[in-house]
Amino acid sequence: MKLIAAVIRPNKIEELKAALSDIGIQGLTVTEVRGHGRQKGHKEIFRGKEYAVDLLPKVRIELALPDSKVDSVVSAIEKASRTGEVGDGKIFIMNLEDCIRIRTGERGDEAL
Amino acid sequence: MRSRTAARMLTVLCLFMGLGLVGVHAQEAGSGAASPEPPGPTVNAADTCWVLASTALVLFMTPGLALFYGGLVRAKNVLSTMMHSFAAMMVVSLVWVLWGYSLAFGEDLFGGVVGGFDHLFLKDVSWDTPRSDLGVTIPHLLFCMYQAMFAIITPALISGAFAERMKFSSFAVFLVLWSTLVYSPIAHWVWHPSGWLAGLGVQDFAGGTVVHISSGIAALAAALVLGKRKGYPHTPMIPHSMPWCALGAGILWFGWFGFNGGSALASNGLAVVAFSNTHIAAAAAALAWFSAEWILRGKGTMLGLATGAVAGLVGITPAAGFVTPISAIFVGGITSLVCYFFVSKKESFGYDDSLDAFGVHGVGGTTGAILTGVFAYQPLGLALFLNGEISKGTLIMRQVLGAGVTILYAFVASLILLKVVDALMGLRVSPDAEDSGLDVDQHGEGGYTF
Repeated sequence: MKLIAAVIRPNKIEELKAALSDIGIQGLTVTEVRGHGRQKGHKEIFRGKEYAVDLLPKVRIELALPDSKVDSVVSAIEKASRTGEVGDGKIFIMNLEDCIRIRTGERGDEAL
Repeated sequence: MRSRTAARMLTVLCLFMGLGLVGVHAQEAGSGAASPEPPGPTVNAADTCWVLASTALVLFMTPGLALFYGGLVRAKNVLSTMMHSFAAMMVVSLVWVLWGYSLAFGEDLFGGVVGGFDHLFLKDVSWDTPRSDLGVTIPHLLFCMYQAMFAIITPALISGAFAERMKFSSFAVFLVLWSTLVYSPIAHWVWHPSGWLAGLGVQDFAGGTVVHISSGIAALAAALVLGKRKGYPHTPMIPHSMPWCALGAGILWFGWFGFNGGSALASNGLAVVAFSNTHIAAAAAALAWFSAEWILRGKGTMLGLATGAVAGLVGITPAAGFVTPISAIFVGGITSLVCYFFVSKKESFGYDDSLDAFGVHGVGGTTGAILTGVFAYQPLGLALFLNGEISKGTLIMRQVLGAGVTILYAFVASLILLKVVDALMGLRVSPDAEDSGLDVDQHGEGGYTF
């Protein structure tokens, strides 16, 4: 089992949701986050004083998957989220030790 | 770099001082004290008091509109959307006192087409005597300022059609052009005693035609010229703050007492009728929209109630001084339902009137103009019936004519102005700016900072 966490552009979330549902992925968790990698921020001006805003709005999605689905999901995320410009985001893939469906107590792949 | 900034600031300063000098001379020439007392009505304290209060009430509608529209857009565009309303307060106020008032209410030229230049820079606008040709008892300058508030909110209403995608610089230029070439002439046609539509007997108590039809139709032209927002209609574009919308609609409702009640231009029974009709129509219209939602979709919504109230206020505007308070229930309710069905079908029309400026103000204004003829009550609307010389059928036909002419002119003129501004400087922000939001891209500010 793997846990995939991807940080993407906020305006790409609808495309990504559509791409994931096309390959049969039903569950995901989405968080509105702020951060930056190589992308530069912008300046905001309040009463003439400039403030550097370098933490940019991003969206973080998390998915827990059986190993067999990881490749197709990763390529779907890449395809849906890529613009080719700095700031497209990153995909992190982590080993997942266990998973429990709280309602039934199922564990492992069955609970995904 | 620094000297260039200083030079720019100096230019702006000189511009203001130059305007000030010309303005002072124009006003001195027009001071009422030197000229012999003209025969005509004198200033009445109670009337002046009510119209002063109404002027402030109408101004307050524009920040109310800013909240109403601001709540309806996504969080990244809240300031740029509110800016459209506040920019109208900033820019149109000056356009109005410099030349807009004269074009609308100056001495008639070309048989009712436009006002002349006799009130440029407020020349001959007296602060202590009334205009002699309107039969009102408030100072001329107060009439001018009261009318300024209508000139301000009208182009601000259009901004609902191009929210979340129009460049601010182009908006500012459009604002000046539209106010000068569309608002002032239409105000002249309908509200100047020698205007050509007024001469045909077209009646508009408080601006159903001049304000709502003109802005609503311009909104349709703007939605067509600018095109859809990036991602519309597939990406959900959910209003970011219903509480802002509710508060904005409440302020609009409150300010509308000045808009309609003040249009009596006196503190009298007519003002009381217009005031009462305004309130009753708003309540009936809110109930109509809310009930339609409840029956057809299972639940009544906050936005439905708020939009219904605004639609009803639009509908009663031309009729406010001409119908009885019980008729106001029908004017409000019918206008609200017409707008409801129109707005709920708008996606099938294929344009992106983002905040329903056309669906509420264009459709509601036209419905209200016609309903004015239908529900006009003769003892109240003597001017309307030309002292009983015309029948109800003729009256309705005249209202249809007034609406039709305004629709035609507002649409064609707005279309041309938008195309001209588009050719000169472009109307839309870049697709990237649309993604990241107009607040930071156009104004360097964010609405909400964590």
